[in-house]
Amino acid sequence: MANVRLIARLDIKGPNLIKGVHLEGLRVMGDPQEFARRYYEQGADELIYMDIVASLYGRSMLTEIVRRAAHDVFVPMTVGGGVRNVDDVRDLLRAGADKVAINTAAVRRPDLITEVARRFGSQCMVLSIEAKQQAPGKWEVYTDCGRERSGIDAIEWARSGVQLGAGEILVTSIDREGTRKGFDVELTRGIASAVSVPVIASGGYGEPQHLLDVIRDGAADAVAFADALHYGRTTIAKLREQALSAGINVRRL
Amino acid sequence: MRVTVVDYGIGNLYSVCRALERCGGEVTLSGDASQIEAAPHLVLPGVGAFSDGMRGLQERGLIDPVQRYATSGRPLLGICLGMQMLASVSEEFGCHEGLGLIPGQVVAVPNKTTDGQAQKIPHIGWNGLVPAAGALWGDSILKETPEGTAVYLVHSYSVVPDDPGHRLADCLYGGHRIATAIRRGPVVGCQFHPEKSGEAGLAILAQFLNS
Repeated sequence: MANVRLIARLDIKGPNLIKGVHLEGLRVMGDPQEFARRYYEQGADELIYMDIVASLYGRSMLTEIVRRAAHDVFVPMTVGGGVRNVDDVRDLLRAGADKVAINTAAVRRPDLITEVARRFGSQCMVLSIEAKQQAPGKWEVYTDCGRERSGIDAIEWARSGVQLGAGEILVTSIDREGTRKGFDVELTRGIASAVSVPVIASGGYGEPQHLLDVIRDGAADAVAFADALHYGRTTIAKLREQALSAGINVRRL
Repeated sequence: MRVTVVDYGIGNLYSVCRALERCGGEVTLSGDASQIEAAPHLVLPGVGAFSDGMRGLQERGLIDPVQRYATSGRPLLGICLGMQMLASVSEEFGCHEGLGLIPGQVVAVPNKTTDGQAQKIPHIGWNGLVPAAGALWGDSILKETPEGTAVYLVHSYSVVPDDPGHRLADCLYGGHRIATAIRRGPVVGCQFHPEKSGEAGLAILAQFLNS
């Protein structure tokens, strides 16, 4: 098995790092650059930037934030939020992003996934799926920062997204996001077993056991952490140690 | 330490330039033949398809200058697609000629593990560097790099040098040994992205600048 990646996720609104619960109730945390630098120094395997209201309000400051980050951060960066077309992708890659994550625009026009994969390679095209549970074993895709229902089944959407060219799936459980109750292991496993590409689990970390659960039972290839890092309840270095001592393959530093 | 990064119209060059600067490099981004030939250190970056990369070099008249630079004895580093283009030929989407600076072929990363299980392609993520058979790192860009150091890779194809003596470091993917760093004299290639491999990657770039 490949090394499981430990990812720091930074949700952005305007110029600020913010943190919410269920993608709502946003609180300003500070300058994203300071946090990004700290996570890089702690040994994060990757960073994810998400402009979480960009799909509602359009144009964002994300490109500038990414360009500043690329100045100090020398690990891969995935960037999403408000990415609508191939030109947006090009601009973000030029600013130093390695991959883009697309949710709303891909739900509205699935061909965008294929266009991005053809032009920049499928390794650049991360399909971001934000989902809420509807019934046992059933999750619905939400768009526009968790506000709009799509009527689409999350596992089916993951499968067709990969057929269209997505090279990775970022799964965010809206139910668990910011709750510290643990990742949605069933949702993660449902998607991981439906697709052949890596799956990143996001939303819900509260304690070390949650990390082990989502890797062992959820079959996650990578795990994203947000407020637990922002509030200093844990660090990437501690998470790495905990994973290693539980026998999980992660990058050794 | 002055270093020229070859700009041939593909990929994001910002990260590689920034990483070289962080290592003390004075970076010039150039698509100019005479500047490239006269460079004290040369980096050939690249992401994307092999044929697009070679076409980018050709359209700008940069194939001969890079080849001539390589015979000068000054250090050349090819990164990712840049490493693959150092080889003689690639089988990616047909058969395409490379720069021929390190004889070898670019072939697909196996999509099955050595025990027959399906494995994910592209090979993406952090993987450990192990010395290739018989390779010594002591006088190479890996001089200060501990064995097993994890580096970041994103690729679907890899180089198989004709002369196994040109392999410097491998990584293991599904039980297969994949050439991850190759070299022939001052011409070095790394399949991984040192500019995205954290502090370990920066140390490798710094070593290159000091070579």
